[in-house]
Amino acid sequence: MLQIKDLHASVEDKKILKGINLEVNAGEVHAIMGPNGSGKSTLAAVIAGKEEFEIKKGNITLEGEDLEELAPEERAHQGIFMSFQYPVEIPGVSVTNFIKTAINESRKARGLEDMPANQMLKLIREKAELLEIDRKFLSRSLNEGFSGGEKKRNEIFQMAMMEPKLAILDETDSGLDIDALRIVANGVNKLRGKDNAIIVITHYQRLLEYIVPDYVHVLHDGKIVKSGNKELALELEDKGYDWIKQEAVL
Amino acid sequence: MAYTEEELKKELETKEYEYGFYTDIESDTLPKGLNEDIVIAISKKKEEPEWMTEWRLEAFRVWKEMDEPEWANVKYKKPDFQDISYYSAPNKKPKYNSLDEVDPELLETFEKLGISLEEQKKLAGVAVDIVMDSVSVATTFKKTLAEKGIIFCSISEAIQEHPELVKKYIGTVVPRKDNFYAALNSAVFSDGSFCYIPKGVRCPMELSTYFRINQAGTGQFERTLVIADEGSYVSYLEGCTAPSRDENQLHAAVVELIALDNAEIKYSTVQNWFPGDKEGNGGVFNFVTKRGLCEKNSKISWTQVETGSAITWKYPSCVLKGDNSIGEFYSIAVTNNFQQADTGTKMIHLGKNTRSTIISKGISAGQSQNSYRGLVQVNSRAENARNFSQCDSLLMGNKCGAHTFPYIETKNKSAQIEHEATTSKIGEDQIFYCNQRGIDTEKAIALIVNGFSKEVLNKLPMEFAVEAQKLLEISLEGSVG
Ligand SMILES: Nc1ncnc2c1ncn2[C@@H]1O[C@H](COP(=O)(O)OP(=O)(O)O)[C@@H](O)[C@H]1O
Ligand SMILES: [Mg+2]
Repeated sequence: MLQIKDLHASVEDKKILKGINLEVNAGEVHAIMGPNGSGKSTLAAVIAGKEEFEIKKGNITLEGEDLEELAPEERAHQGIFMSFQYPVEIPGVSVTNFIKTAINESRKARGLEDMPANQMLKLIREKAELLEIDRKFLSRSLNEGFSGGEKKRNEIFQMAMMEPKLAILDETDSGLDIDALRIVANGVNKLRGKDNAIIVITHYQRLLEYIVPDYVHVLHDGKIVKSGNKELALELEDKGYDWIKQEAVL
Repeated sequence: MAYTEEELKKELETKEYEYGFYTDIESDTLPKGLNEDIVIAISKKKEEPEWMTEWRLEAFRVWKEMDEPEWANVKYKKPDFQDISYYSAPNKKPKYNSLDEVDPELLETFEKLGISLEEQKKLAGVAVDIVMDSVSVATTFKKTLAEKGIIFCSISEAIQEHPELVKKYIGTVVPRKDNFYAALNSAVFSDGSFCYIPKGVRCPMELSTYFRINQAGTGQFERTLVIADEGSYVSYLEGCTAPSRDENQLHAAVVELIALDNAEIKYSTVQNWFPGDKEGNGGVFNFVTKRGLCEKNSKISWTQVETGSAITWKYPSCVLKGDNSIGEFYSIAVTNNFQQADTGTKMIHLGKNTRSTIISKGISAGQSQNSYRGLVQVNSRAENARNFSQCDSLLMGNKCGAHTFPYIETKNKSAQIEHEATTSKIGEDQIFYCNQRGIDTEKAIALIVNGFSKEVLNKLPMEFAVEAQKLLEISLEGSVG
């Protein structure tokens, strides 16, 4: 589904990604781990099409189509969803209004009519229930005054609403207590299927106990320095990132 | 309501063609320039009684001695007042058989705004009095209104039919000598609307007026007078669209609202005069004096959405004369390209326990300048006066400006005045977040702007709010990218 080949990306001439290779197939869950500043969020943003980052070399394809020429919203229409590490606030725009707009804009791009209001309401109710989100929460301004945990839960709510082909979750576990973590993981697992793929970016092994990955990659200084199965996450937890750093130097 | 919906629809079907818009009407236009003869000629053309002619002449004499104000934060080439024609009236009252015959440019504008005439037919709850050029062409729903004793007609008609009301109230809230533009308007006003709600009557529908400039080179000087008698209620809508134009056009309207004891007036405006092109050429100069007078326990709310005009100079105000009276001002002002707006309000607290609320939302894009100017004045007699003001500015890009000029004058120690102000920018992060969810940049901006303006949009009547949202989107089209 997603293929990344020798990807180099920079911001203002600062090299951040230095040759990433990654293949994610439908039905798979990949975890990307790595120390702070290793380039995890940058990788996610580059896949999503943030213009600030410049691709210097290499390419990204989604189902064979090169993403380089596509605007971020077009990538979203193709089924890419990113759960933000730091979701932004949009004052005065309710969660409901936002997700409604997002869904209808994506439908429009596919030549579909707006989703009928009753169907939209039903979907919202169903997904809010799945993520144990209170109805009142949905009429609040998007991310404004949300706690860290609420923001992340809201991201996953949106993901559940949009049912993307490829979901990239950037540190969705940070700020979540153990109960919330379980709820969010449950929401993510519901999306898992033979036609979808998920990339889970995380610092800690903890989330991976709930969202069990098929592959684990370790990112260090803009490169994937180690790949393995879920055992690798445990090993990392055990030995710490210094172990990887040392290996990378060797 | 006395009418069933079916009956209203039928009436509208037969009435609709009376208020079409036309570009090819032969106009009966006076020569350019302004002097006493012109003022007399205007009054004569309108077959006005002598007291009205005298009233105009007095205004003209006052105006001649006045200078154009310069304190506003706007820059423009001053209009040549002798190079303007002060009267233009359509001399036919045309009837059309189908919408095909109506100015397509206008239909397009309506369509874009979602208020095509087609749709207007269906707006069964709204009485429409369209002022085209200077003479009001038609009034609908008169019968329903008449049953309640409500008068809703053009001001010219009111001068003929209800001289006692006009004479009693005109110029009492905005005196002729109030300011340069008010004096000019008083001398030469062409037409406008008049509304009277009798004691204890709740107006059963939103009263609505559409204004439009239609004749090249003629300034528009509208005069509106709304009187809500004791214990009455009215919601009044004023909206306008104007087609593109190269020449600067002067618009100097005066609106006077009078809320007698226990009455309430809600006055909503969506203003969309031609703002000039992307290079800053052309556009309407809009110098408006709007003021309301509140007697005991009464309330006046001004809600405005300003997206148009090259220059806007406008301060809808409330004089809170009666004890316990309430004044409100909710405003969204959008400026793009080279537009300049200096707008705000004055809340004058004279009575005891008077309260006022000001919510102002300024949105600036392009190279525009957007200023809020507000005065809260509490007089010595005004025990326990309260005001809350909130002024928020939203900037798009680095070339525009937002300015806030709050003035507070209190002569009574018991006054409680709160002022809050914020300035924010539409961030790239916000846009990217929306993009990532499949919302393109144009739509993202519309969404963010709507969110920013929500507190004010919520104050508008339903149909108007939808129209206003679309107007915001259209006004900011192409402002990023
Ligand atoms: N917009 C930016 N401008 C400059 N440097 C950036 C920018 N974004 C990220 N970086 C830098 O790139 C590196 C990788 O950041 P990031 O991708 O956020 O790492 P991670 O998510 O793994 O913690 C860091 O050194 C960070 O400071
Ligand atoms: Mg990160």
